[in-house]
Amino acid sequence: MATAEASKSGGMGKDLVVYVCLLALAGFQFAIAYQHLDTSQMLLRMLAVAIVEAGLAVLFFMHLWTEKRGFAVFVLVFTIFVLLTMQYGWTDSTRMVVGAPFSK
Amino acid sequence: MSQADSTMEGHATGLTVGPAFSIPTKKLAIWLFIIADTMTFAACLVAYGFLRNGSADWPRPFHSITNVALMTLILLTSSLTMLIGLRAARAGGKAGAFRWTMITAVLGILFALLHVREWLGLIHEGMTLFKNPWGNGLFGASFFSITGLHLCHVTGGVIALLAVGVRYRGGRYNADDIEVLGLYWHFVDLVWMFVVPLVYLLNLAH
Repeated sequence: MATAEASKSGGMGKDLVVYVCLLALAGFQFAIAYQHLDTSQMLLRMLAVAIVEAGLAVLFFMHLWTEKRGFAVFVLVFTIFVLLTMQYGWTDSTRMVVGAPFSK
Repeated sequence: MSQADSTMEGHATGLTVGPAFSIPTKKLAIWLFIIADTMTFAACLVAYGFLRNGSADWPRPFHSITNVALMTLILLTSSLTMLIGLRAARAGGKAGAFRWTMITAVLGILFALLHVREWLGLIHEGMTLFKNPWGNGLFGASFFSITGLHLCHVTGGVIALLAVGVRYRGGRYNADDIEVLGLYWHFVDLVWMFVVPLVYLLNLAH
């Protein structure tokens, strides 16, 4: 790693801060599990926390933050696009509760 | 050489000189693998969500979060030790890099053992791929396939950590190889951040 890049990625202190943040967020997820929420609300909150966790891990643990901007954009745009397009079938799963082929 | 040949050669040279995005080829390769693997896990988790959402009697068999919390702590800590190993490798500290890589591997083994212990507990309670005592039989299939896929990644990662660590100490690999391996290991950690809420916490018995 070039010196400038090493400098940009920060020292061990930054890694520790990110690690503590990830632990705290993971703990928050566990706390959400014990709240009396309906499943969809719980899912949304847990996913939101997981996305923040993943963002921290990708940017700082996997050092995407210090990579070339074009590469980071390629990775993020491509990945997020495909992940979003995978969500198109959720409405059909709701129909399944009534149609019930999986609930027998 | 004709002008056409010259032009084509120049064009080809312009396309192929230098690695894509000006990053090392190995790193690009592991990133492409990570993107592809992200799709694999995402497809599994979406399919799991589809089944769970479409089932009226989805089981909630987990009574305690102690084991999964411990597994999460171990995996997150292993990411930190991997980073420490990479920093040591970048600084030229061969012994330190090797030591931290091996510590990461040990944490990975610990994670896998806890995972297997949990599996055995569930199997002992009567859960299989096709049935369970609590409700929809597809729960076992989805649970074992998703956590099994993740466990395969952890196992592969541990083997890679041991192999790369030993070869790094022997001088066959360098800090770039540690970094590439680290990217994979962090990815395994990242996937776990989604597996835990979706597969474990949403199925916690209240």
